[in-house]
Amino acid sequence: MEDAVTPTRTTPRRRVVEFLLGGGILASIVSFVYPVLRYLIPPRIADLGGDEVVASKVGDLKPNGSKIFRFGSRPAILLMTATGEYRALSAVCTHLSCTVQYRKDLEHIWCACHNGHYDLNGRNISGPPPRPLEQFQVHVRGDEIVVARKREA
Amino acid sequence: MAFLSQARIWLDERFHWAELIGPLKKKTVPVHKLSYWYFLGGITLFLFMIQVFTGILLLLYYRPGANEAFESVQYIMTRVQFGWLIRSIHSWAANLMILTAFMHMFSVVFLRAYRKPRELTWLSGMLLLFLAMGFGFSGYLLPWNTLAFFATKVGTEITGQVPVIGHSLMVFLRGGEDVTGATLTRFFGFHVAVLPGLTTLLILIHLALVQYFGMSVPPGVDVRLKVSASEVREMKFFPNFFLRELMAWYIALGVLGALAAILPWELGTKADPFAPAPAGIRPEWYFMFMFQTLKEIPAKVWFLEGEVVGILLFGIAGLVWTLLPFFDRVGGGRGRRFIMGAAIFAASYMLTMTVYGYLAK
Repeated sequence: MEDAVTPTRTTPRRRVVEFLLGGGILASIVSFVYPVLRYLIPPRIADLGGDEVVASKVGDLKPNGSKIFRFGSRPAILLMTATGEYRALSAVCTHLSCTVQYRKDLEHIWCACHNGHYDLNGRNISGPPPRPLEQFQVHVRGDEIVVARKREA
Repeated sequence: MAFLSQARIWLDERFHWAELIGPLKKKTVPVHKLSYWYFLGGITLFLFMIQVFTGILLLLYYRPGANEAFESVQYIMTRVQFGWLIRSIHSWAANLMILTAFMHMFSVVFLRAYRKPRELTWLSGMLLLFLAMGFGFSGYLLPWNTLAFFATKVGTEITGQVPVIGHSLMVFLRGGEDVTGATLTRFFGFHVAVLPGLTTLLILIHLALVQYFGMSVPPGVDVRLKVSASEVREMKFFPNFFLRELMAWYIALGVLGALAAILPWELGTKADPFAPAPAGIRPEWYFMFMFQTLKEIPAKVWFLEGEVVGILLFGIAGLVWTLLPFFDRVGGGRGRRFIMGAAIFAASYMLTMTVYGYLAK
């Protein structure tokens, strides 16, 4: 069923048809691809539990001791200094996001993955970590130790 | 464009590309007033490809397990951007695929395309239909909602009624005596690994057979062609039929997208194994005619239990239907008349029982 007359590509009517067809196909492709691309981006998980959490009970920690707890969706570390002071910090190493630990022998925080060291205020003192750990506020309410995110002043 | 022709030359030097695609260039499709029925198989294939694609997308967020499945589907539908759309398309395409597969099957029977030499094509198609129903049955449970939970309970219970092997089969399907999280894990495995593998293999065989034998011409048309060769009308597969097929796919996609967006698939409530079954428990529509039949059969037929009778009848009917092409040449015209009668009866029985199932409470 060959056409008797083959219109040239420059025929204006043909150009209009081509434009409509091409534009339509392009528009549908965009409308299929766009939702798929958006679907591929995982939604942001809300920080469950807000910005306050009960980290531990009074008496659970001894001086020069520590505990990892869940703060929102990330781990945090609560520690008691040798002088009996509570400190709470993010436990996510600022280098490559390993979970840090308290070293009793060194009396400061250490990340096992790449030998990063932080002091008790979370400052990066040695090794690869580029930034200090985020520090949280600690309140003792009754027999509960409550850790809260520091409010931006 | 220069790049494309260079690529073609590169391929041609290595694989003799021109020889490979030569047969495709020569392939033709018969043209007659019933050719439109040819599109149903292609549309079914297209919907299967949509299923593979959206299924992979759903796998990015879905988690099997009694404690997580429902929540993860809820998460997909409420939190993931366009997640509701992807899931809705997956559910709608699944149902449309079964529908087009059934229509494809009946058109093959009524146009008598199953006849020699295409018996094996029919057989592979029937197996594909059973696999598609397996996909539907296993996928139905995955969101772990109340409706699916009880439908699976009933469905696997029916399997348990099969004489001799029934109980072991049921335990195998359920992963234990009851429908639990273990069933969900199993069905998930069937749905995303076992069935897709088998189906892909069978589709390749089915397509290869269609390719090998070419498309069937309905007998009425065939006779006329033999009388006068001038009436032979054919269309080139590339690009004429191919472009028409693409257009059919495009329309199918439009229908699918509209259905999925306007009537999003619901999730229902989370399954609770210890809650009583709610009213209106029913399987997917394509199992409805069997479900309704089993409901109608009395508890005791002669000395056999009602369910057993129903299952045996459906088993025999399914087997006869699967072997349909082999009756075509039996006893002159008698086999052919039997096939037509069986097809008309099957189609009207399924239709009536399905409608009845939805109307009867």
